[in-house]
Amino acid sequence: MAWVWFHRFGSPPHFYRLARQLTPWFGWPAVLLCLAGLIGGLILAPPDYQQGEGFRIIYVHAPSAWLSMLVYVVMATSAAVGLIWHMKVAHAVAASCAVIGASFTALALVTGMLWGRPMWGTYWEWDPRLTSELLLLFLYLGYMGLRNAIDDVSRADRASAVLAIVGVINVPIIHYSVTWWNSLHQAPTVMKFGGPPTMPASMLVPLLLMLAGFTLYFGALLLTRARGEVLRRERNARWILEALDRA
Amino acid sequence: MSAPQVAFRTAAALLMGRDLRLALRRAGDSLLPLGFFLVITTLFPLALDPALSLLRDIAPAALWVGALLSSLLALDLLFRDDSQDGALEQLALCGQPFAGLLLAKTAVHWLLTGLPLVLMAPLAATALGAPYGAMPGILAALLLGTIALSLIGAVGAGLTLTLRRNGSLLALLVLPLAVPVLIFGARATALAIQGESLAAPLYLLGAMAVLSATLAPWALAAAVRIGLE
Repeated sequence: MAWVWFHRFGSPPHFYRLARQLTPWFGWPAVLLCLAGLIGGLILAPPDYQQGEGFRIIYVHAPSAWLSMLVYVVMATSAAVGLIWHMKVAHAVAASCAVIGASFTALALVTGMLWGRPMWGTYWEWDPRLTSELLLLFLYLGYMGLRNAIDDVSRADRASAVLAIVGVINVPIIHYSVTWWNSLHQAPTVMKFGGPPTMPASMLVPLLLMLAGFTLYFGALLLTRARGEVLRRERNARWILEALDRA
Repeated sequence: MSAPQVAFRTAAALLMGRDLRLALRRAGDSLLPLGFFLVITTLFPLALDPALSLLRDIAPAALWVGALLSSLLALDLLFRDDSQDGALEQLALCGQPFAGLLLAKTAVHWLLTGLPLVLMAPLAATALGAPYGAMPGILAALLLGTIALSLIGAVGAGLTLTLRRNGSLLALLVLPLAVPVLIFGARATALAIQGESLAAPLYLLGAMAVLSATLAPWALAAAVRIGLE
């Protein structure tokens, strides 16, 4: 009996309605949190004593990097749910995650490179974190490539689910091997990301606001994309007409 | 599914014997990736400077990038014939543990493409200026590394089983997953050439070989089953 909610969640019409109701509850708090975080981070926070104004890119970079990894875990989890319980909606969610995750990874890479130009004097440094972000981007691209290459939706769902699960086991291994590799090759970079380990509250609070805002934004984005994905997959089902009529 | 008529050990041994016989009848196919490996490692001195001191520095990179690309090229041999003539479907239906059978197939694949590469590596390493004292270390690192590479690659081959023109997609799927093997393998080789202790990267390579031998067969079986439907 306790599993009724779980099976109802798996039904496309129910998921579509729920996703439409939930989206504003993620979207509006995300807008408010990001606004507060941006004002706090870009205007109120003092410049860093070592990095000057350049450190402010952290308010976009760190949330993107956090989401690039969170989205992969969400993608692999929903792919596993879809694979184990044969839940079509979970596969639709996993499919919607890939593009979002790849975009956040690309954003983290680009902002990391822009930050690296004044700080390291070069756009690209084989810094362990940047390198594992790059490999994460390749993992996302492989996932999307595999999904693209298989025409049959159900088979594409399951094959890419296996890949996502294999990938999520490998992500920590890749991350630690890259860290280990780099620490053997070069001395630690003088300016580690984030400066001193303890940040003053005037810098830390906007960062936390941005982290929460970005995460909620991802929630709203994922619900919207998943709704589109469900609509595309169920385009011949009758409930779509009712759902669209009511909207 | 009916109960299997023979023990799994017998079935796996029969399958391995069959795969070996089939491959040895067309031995040229299995040797092609080896030739590719030797050509790749030869290209580095030609593209660079043939000074041995310089070659010694890039020898680990040349050996491991060569091994990685050659194992990628060899993956085509793993399932191609068996998926075309239906043998793979028979294996999936025969009632034996499918993951175990696929592990046996991958083991034969490694014997035919990975092991020859390991045995020929001292030749390539000598050409790249590695001292003779480094050979045991290079052999051990490649032995463990090619096992992991074959298993990781097999999962990619299983996922792209039914796709035509899957070469570049296979590379995109497999190469990021193979990065840890590349890092620790090249590190072990570099330490061997410098004459230092290479125990730490060897342990990690061994751990990766064991981990992939434990987990890859399940992913492989799931991937191949999806491809066979």
